[in-house]
Amino acid sequence: MNANGSDLRRNTAAPAIELRNISKSFGAVIANRDISLSVAPGTIHGIVGENGAGKSTLMSILYGFYRADAGEIFINGAPTKIPDSKAAIAAGIGMVHQHFKLVHNFTVLENVVLGAEDGLTLRPTLARARKLLTDLADEYELNVDPNAVVEDLSVGHQQRVEILKALFRRADILILDEPTGVLTPPEADHLFRILASLRDEGKTIILITHKLREIMAATDTVSVMRRGEMTATLKTSETSPEQLAELMVGRKVLLRVDKKPAAPGPAVLEVDGLQVDGERGETALKNISFTVRAGEVLGVAGVAGNGQSELLRALGGISPAKGTVRVNGKAIDLAGADSGADARRRSGIAHVPEDRQSLGLVMEFKAWENMAFGYHDDPAFSRTKWLLDIEAMRSLTGVALNKYDVRPVDPNLVARNFSGGNQQKIVLAREIDRNPDLLIVGQPTRGVDIGAIEFIHQRVLELRDAGKAVLLVSVELDEILSLSDRIAVMFAGEIIGTRDASETDEKELGLLMAGIAGEARP
Amino acid sequence: MDFATVLQLLDSTLRLSTPLLLACLAGLFSERAGIFDIGLEGKMLASAFFSAAVAAATGSALLGLAAGMFASMALAALHGLASITFRGNQLISGVAINFLASGLTALIGQNWFKLGGRTPALSGDARFLPIDFYFSETLSSIPFIGPIYSELLSGHTLMVYVALAAVPATWWILFRTRFGLQLRAVGENPEAVDTAGLSVTALRYQATLICGLLCGLAGAYLATGMAAGFIRDMTAGKGFIALAALIFAKWRPGYALLACLLFGLLEAVAIRFQNIDVVGVGTVPVQFMQALPYILTVVILAGFIGKAIPPRAGGEPYAKERA
Repeated sequence: MNANGSDLRRNTAAPAIELRNISKSFGAVIANRDISLSVAPGTIHGIVGENGAGKSTLMSILYGFYRADAGEIFINGAPTKIPDSKAAIAAGIGMVHQHFKLVHNFTVLENVVLGAEDGLTLRPTLARARKLLTDLADEYELNVDPNAVVEDLSVGHQQRVEILKALFRRADILILDEPTGVLTPPEADHLFRILASLRDEGKTIILITHKLREIMAATDTVSVMRRGEMTATLKTSETSPEQLAELMVGRKVLLRVDKKPAAPGPAVLEVDGLQVDGERGETALKNISFTVRAGEVLGVAGVAGNGQSELLRALGGISPAKGTVRVNGKAIDLAGADSGADARRRSGIAHVPEDRQSLGLVMEFKAWENMAFGYHDDPAFSRTKWLLDIEAMRSLTGVALNKYDVRPVDPNLVARNFSGGNQQKIVLAREIDRNPDLLIVGQPTRGVDIGAIEFIHQRVLELRDAGKAVLLVSVELDEILSLSDRIAVMFAGEIIGTRDASETDEKELGLLMAGIAGEARP
Repeated sequence: MDFATVLQLLDSTLRLSTPLLLACLAGLFSERAGIFDIGLEGKMLASAFFSAAVAAATGSALLGLAAGMFASMALAALHGLASITFRGNQLISGVAINFLASGLTALIGQNWFKLGGRTPALSGDARFLPIDFYFSETLSSIPFIGPIYSELLSGHTLMVYVALAAVPATWWILFRTRFGLQLRAVGENPEAVDTAGLSVTALRYQATLICGLLCGLAGAYLATGMAAGFIRDMTAGKGFIALAALIFAKWRPGYALLACLLFGLLEAVAIRFQNIDVVGVGTVPVQFMQALPYILTVVILAGFIGKAIPPRAGGEPYAKERA
């Protein structure tokens, strides 16, 4: 597009993107209902909403991944049909998906040119892409080694490859879906700088996120979605996180959890020199030592993939480890015959795994069946030594579902048919209700809507106030800060630092998460 | 073992490797695109039958080849329909194709020719005949190089040279052309291909059809080049050995050549040396020699030879994720 063209566009003030009355349903579920949206050219427009509000579906329609059931799309004022991604690319739209769409064993260059090659052989296109990468690297701080294989790159660099892919296709409109979920705070800041300079070049950017802080920091305008509908569009400078949260949920929400000061008791979990070998024989956890006391929450922060998963698996009895772990003063078996999850339960540990869909639940099983996992021998579930008491299991599950506000309260519903937040509440109900001495919980609110987050946080704090120990592992820094009494930050398989929650802030933790250790504090 | 014996052994290695190599490259195209294909065997068998049948009826090996390729590609399209369009299980579809080919060729063969499932013996132009290189007679008197030229390199049928040429061609297509890049991408991450504005379905069908074409060449070679007619179940597991070679070769064309030559050599040794006397062990029975390729296959598939990483999206039908 030449300079005159873009001037013309701006003068006539046609929106870069205009959606009119878009609707889309999947079977009986209405994902988007009569949505209209207008995005001015050369702006960063945020879209916020809870999980399942329909943000990703709407953007998938704009990118031609899904077809809308009804409605029209206008790009730069011209009505545009987008039946597939090819049409979206032709209309100048590029998208950076939440889960990157990169070929892991291709080089950066190969990924950038894929599908946009010209001619039979690759050589000329690769040369063109190499030049573009060099130019863009200087212009937008988008440095990536063109010859590096994608799987060897950090997540932040992989994201740059996705942006470069869009720019190579001459995208004027860039959609980013939850781009900061996997980034450290400094990486996220870097990304926002890139986005700002792209906007200043006249590109239009749509930023989808559930993090209100990012909306406030990076966008010019913001639209809020709730339950498949567009509830508001506001100037970012004229709104506040509180107002956005209320629009997202439909009622007032507490963004900060009120919590009583901790009253720590004796040590419940003592970890000393814990070591885990990774899949390729490398050390995934190096010499981890920490203590969790009764009546406190120890938060483990860090960017995903720095050993948190291995820590959870080792403590939960899922994979073997070396070192010493004591629960209530008694050493537990880490690699031998008695290292399974059942032995952990007997010693008073309850584990809410970070991936509820593969480790926490059997998705095709009913709620009452899921509620009994690991506790099949409970006399309350048994009719005789050999037979389960199905009726009792159903009714007990019904009680637990009510208590944990799981909706719908239907013990016979298959786990898959509950929403993400309700699935998580089923796992929490099963584990917390056993009144463990120690709760190990990984990513408790991943994919969970704000209303349910509040509920889950309250349950965790109740457990703490009842004098139990909680080990909370989360990649959401906000969550760590609002729940924890002490915070350990993991980087490259080690605990790089531990801080008192009352004496630290996001900035310091962000630096630790990036592997920059400050001076040691007692 | 004298020089002449070695040459003969290598000569038959080349001939015996050819169907394996063609089938192996066929599987390579398909699996690199993410479609597992255990139906190589069935496609080869169908091609062997139809090429022999048409060659017998028309007296033209080339017409036979065309018929064989058509039959093989039709089965490939069927595999594509089941595993790409209808997102069925690729292994089951492949097994079904093997059964279908084995049963249909015998049934139709008996019905047409009344020879117990065979086709009539082919002769003359109905077979692919050896191609003698220029001067192979005159040059054969040159010591060492002469016999290599005239015995080993010269005097094979067209398909042997086609198979050898297909190795660098496959490499070039996969690693130097846009089609190859897209094909490899669709086998690793079809979502990346889809979001790049390309059609996953079209790419996978193309790969499957190329697979059918190469299996067609392999089958036609078996019935009208190596042998002189079709015999029931004449592929005798070659499709599966080609699959083993493909894994052994880690889905790379150059290694595929070496792997297939190795299997061909084992087969040639088994044919040439019926009973081998090994000092201290005694006579190794011929059955053991014949079993060697299969033993090697088991060893390879058990993963004793390095770690072979298959294309990541292999075997999985592609469906757009539900938001």
